[in-house]
Amino acid sequence: MAKELMMGNEAIARGALEAGVRVATAYPGTPSSEILYTLSKWAKEGLLYAEWSANEKVAFEVAAGAAYTGARSLVAMKQVGLNVAADPLMSLAYMGVKGGMVIVVADDPGPHSSQNEQDTRAFGRFAQLPVLDPTTVEEAKEMTKEAFALSEELGLPVILRPTTRICHACSGVEIEEPEKPKGKPYFEKDPSWVILPAVAKVKHQRLIKLQAEMRERFGNSKFNEITGEGKVGIVASGVGYAYTKEALDRLGLAGKVKLCKVGTAYPLPPKLMADFFQGLEKVLVIEEGAPVLEEQVIQAAWDLGRTFELSGKRTGEVPIAGEFNVDLVGEIIAKFLGAEGNFGSKRPVPPELPARPPVLCAGCPHRGSFYAFKRAARGKDAVFTGDIGCYTLGAAKPLSAMDTCLCMGGSITIGSGMAAAEPDRPHVAFIGDSTFFHTGINGLLNAVYNNINLTIVILDNRTTAMTGHQPHPGLGLRADGQQGAEIDIAALAKAVGVKFVREVDPYDFKASVEVAKEAMAFQGPAVVVMKRECVVIAKKQGKLEVDPDLCTNCLVCVKQLGCPAMYIDDGVKISHNCNGCGLCAQICPQNAIGEAK
Amino acid sequence: MVTKYDLVIAGVGGQGVVLASRIIAKAALGMGYQVRTAENIGMAQREGAVVSFTRLGKAVEGPLVPENGADLLLGFEPAEAARSLSKLAQDGAAIINKEPIIPVTVTTGQSSYQKEAIFQYLEEQVKDLYFLEATRLATEAGNWRATNSVLLGAASSLDGFPIAADILLAETLENVPAKTREVNQRAFELGREAMARLKGQKA
Repeated sequence: MAKELMMGNEAIARGALEAGVRVATAYPGTPSSEILYTLSKWAKEGLLYAEWSANEKVAFEVAAGAAYTGARSLVAMKQVGLNVAADPLMSLAYMGVKGGMVIVVADDPGPHSSQNEQDTRAFGRFAQLPVLDPTTVEEAKEMTKEAFALSEELGLPVILRPTTRICHACSGVEIEEPEKPKGKPYFEKDPSWVILPAVAKVKHQRLIKLQAEMRERFGNSKFNEITGEGKVGIVASGVGYAYTKEALDRLGLAGKVKLCKVGTAYPLPPKLMADFFQGLEKVLVIEEGAPVLEEQVIQAAWDLGRTFELSGKRTGEVPIAGEFNVDLVGEIIAKFLGAEGNFGSKRPVPPELPARPPVLCAGCPHRGSFYAFKRAARGKDAVFTGDIGCYTLGAAKPLSAMDTCLCMGGSITIGSGMAAAEPDRPHVAFIGDSTFFHTGINGLLNAVYNNINLTIVILDNRTTAMTGHQPHPGLGLRADGQQGAEIDIAALAKAVGVKFVREVDPYDFKASVEVAKEAMAFQGPAVVVMKRECVVIAKKQGKLEVDPDLCTNCLVCVKQLGCPAMYIDDGVKISHNCNGCGLCAQICPQNAIGEAK
Repeated sequence: MVTKYDLVIAGVGGQGVVLASRIIAKAALGMGYQVRTAENIGMAQREGAVVSFTRLGKAVEGPLVPENGADLLLGFEPAEAARSLSKLAQDGAAIINKEPIIPVTVTTGQSSYQKEAIFQYLEEQVKDLYFLEATRLATEAGNWRATNSVLLGAASSLDGFPIAADILLAETLENVPAKTREVNQRAFELGREAMARLKGQKA
């Protein structure tokens, strides 16, 4: 069979296609975004319906609706997205589905690009839904296919929980023929689809009964495996299992320790644990994230009446926070087994290295937006609340243009709360276009309804930039490439009753500062749409250069804008990554910056 | 076929680190190796530090290269090479682009780029070390963006590198935009020529 180099997210998408998925939905979020992006390419060929949804709750419900009709559906999101979709998740667990529904939630231990490290396996246990936890890219594809079948057999949605090292890792993956979607979707009317308290009571009982069935099925799952033997055991899950195997190999102990791989993260099957516990005197649990496996191991030991020494997160040997790697896991195992390890760095620490965090791109329109508002707010002790996206990088020096950031859509509402508590101080909320459609609209409605004195700046860069430039309702462009209706942010703000609404180009510094001043002086909610396409997708405007005869080396441009195209090397220089946005030229006190000749 | 070859590519967002890793992985997969890659994408773009791991062999477990485990470090930028040097095995080789990219934190005075100390550290720490003017060679080939092709060409010239030069070049050209193939081919060859000179000096 042909093998293709695939990213974990592509493998999950491929698995869904091969399983005959009909409807796929997602809101982008690292590390999950490539799942729907991959499926959308097949949607363009008419193989399925795929959409970028307005947010995760919307995406979840669209996928659930499709599954009600008997169609196979998939919804993908990052871990914090599941919080947004938690309401339908908890109740859909009661209601169940007819067609197979797979909820892919990508976790981000580290975290690398997330607000937190929450563990979706714990969410699955809370919702009492089955959770599959892949160890490799290849297994992620297999699990996706299996999850659809399992979902239909149980009549429940199934959670697939890959982590960053699955989603954004590549492997050679076998391609198989896609299954043709079965039957014709048809929603069969029945009173049990309406979740009234009387129905909920019955459905909750059904869900509780299904727990036993899930445990039973997982007792024979191909995703669980016991290898090796001895009086000492290690039980591991997810990518932690891969590190464990590699560490045991390096210690020369492969096969000499009883090793249990758990791919069915919830519920843990007692049959597997009964086999594993046989003859063991002590056990180590290796899993990234929350002690979800560990707590179930303890529960299984209690249920089976077994006692042994158990090491893990509870006893402090295994960290609860942060991402794992072979060296970390290897040291834990070596200590646990009393073996001589050879892990960790062997070199002296390097000399002090320059900090290199991600920054706003050269020519990023957000730089102009932030700088204009900073200029307008000079001497006013204003608070800038922020949101999730590339523009969160505006919090870094030298712009320092963001005082808070909490969660998707939180800028307007956190700003509203501050305005209520400290009414004499100006508050400005910054939110991206995609984030505004996600969960910003509710905050805007609330600000209008309660007449909050707040300036709301919508950074409209015509894309969802941070996660890889997905389209959104403001563009009208759909996942399958078709042009849909375009939702105009300024018109929407006016329609809900905002009295001050302006659009301005952040590349026009003077106009931006003027609008910013007006907006901040306005009493009541004011909306400013800073409209300019993201520089990564826009055509290069040109390149600027500094005239060394006019430049006095005041460094206003370098020190205040933090543009990565500017550097100092015998005077201020502009490098080849300049996009010609012109912001530096507009703020230069000497007029020393112009188009490169 | 080698039993195991671990490679770390370290550079700056926008330099084509991830693409270089993909090209090596695809070529190795075509040769029948098991392959794993991993990198941080997302926050790591936008001029931030990027590290990509490529592992190939007969049986590969996790996607991350362990400390002291890499057979080769391809440094697209000197400070980033130094940052990832703990991944390089004691007897590993390093091919490093000589040309620094100065981050915004340095121009705004929040941190410093100690060029001499960094080069000294690399020279002291790596026995099998090759410094290339990769960005200049790419510019000479026709576009600074072909820096990754220069370094791929250089890697293919290294003794013990598991992928033959013609296979790696073909895979490179397959994965770059059609109109840039000529530039990338020249860049790849300039990388090979530079390595031949450096190896000659060593011998």
